[in-house]
Amino acid sequence: MHEMGIAFHIAESVTKIAEANQAEKVCSVVLEIGEASGVIPEYLMDVWTWNSENNPLLEGSELKVERIRAVTLCKDCSKTYDTISHGSVCPFCGSRNTAMIAGKEFNIKEIIVE
Amino acid sequence: MAQKKEMKGREFTMGNVRIIEVKQSIFEDNNQDAERLRAQLKEEKTFLLNLMSSPGSGKTSTLLQLASRMKDKVKMGVMEADIDSAVDAETMQKAGISSIQIHTGGMCHLDADMTRQGINEFHTKDMDFVVLENVGNLVCPAEFDTGACMNMTILSVPEGHDKPLKYPLMYQVCDLLVINKIDVMDYFDFDKDKVVEYAKMRNPKMDIIFVSAKTGEGMDELAQYLLDKIKAWNEN
Repeated sequence: MHEMGIAFHIAESVTKIAEANQAEKVCSVVLEIGEASGVIPEYLMDVWTWNSENNPLLEGSELKVERIRAVTLCKDCSKTYDTISHGSVCPFCGSRNTAMIAGKEFNIKEIIVE
Repeated sequence: MAQKKEMKGREFTMGNVRIIEVKQSIFEDNNQDAERLRAQLKEEKTFLLNLMSSPGSGKTSTLLQLASRMKDKVKMGVMEADIDSAVDAETMQKAGISSIQIHTGGMCHLDADMTRQGINEFHTKDMDFVVLENVGNLVCPAEFDTGACMNMTILSVPEGHDKPLKYPLMYQVCDLLVINKIDVMDYFDFDKDKVVEYAKMRNPKMDIIFVSAKTGEGMDELAQYLLDKIKAWNEN
């Protein structure tokens, strides 16, 4: 249950940020999660809800996830392609000389507080 | 309070509700904890090795082989991280190596803060070489920097030479790859050249050593490699 540890980390960071901004309550937290980050948003939301019950600042808050498409750049033919369908081999020229340019994001984008 | 200001970000107000722009990686707090721990280890002249692999690849038996070759040269200790039980720590203690068991309480990995707690509890200050035996898992331990000085991953022959293709991140963060169970190579369809090719694809700077924890083959080389790294850490 990989999402559990991650949810604890998010809760810790959000609590710090909310306290630094003198917030009384966190309404929602918006995350940016890349398709290739290895996290399943549904699991993360379940753990978030359960974990928030023990934290007055976070109780009842909503976790929103914005997915970011995974894109890889081929360094040989300079084209970009969908990472999830083709992995590390370029579908245009067959090269393995590729680098993922988006899709690993795992950020707290913003939090909405009262 | 520079940190406080930084965390504040841009703010938009709508009645009582405020939006705080954060734009911070989820791993940022952990990465900071990890850097702090590395600084502490440098100060205390302790080399912390983060050992990762899938379950059953031979982490504990490799450590026993290393301990018999290294324990007279450096003061060493082992921190065993597991979801539950103290089986591995007991095995280490029977072999005369001081060890501590860390329970992750159901979590699939150790983070920098849990590692720091373990380090402080274990009083590693007087030790030269501490091995953190991470939870047996090729996914989550790779995501969280533990604050260790080096990452070592064990891949055993029966797991197949294509593991670096299946678990990219584990091999990206790995500094030293140890291929274990080479004594049974003939019984498995394991390609020595392919495993090197795939691993280097993930991290070209990675060092690779072939060993057998059963026969002891390659263990002298591995022990010497680690002794050199420990020496370099304590000198610079």
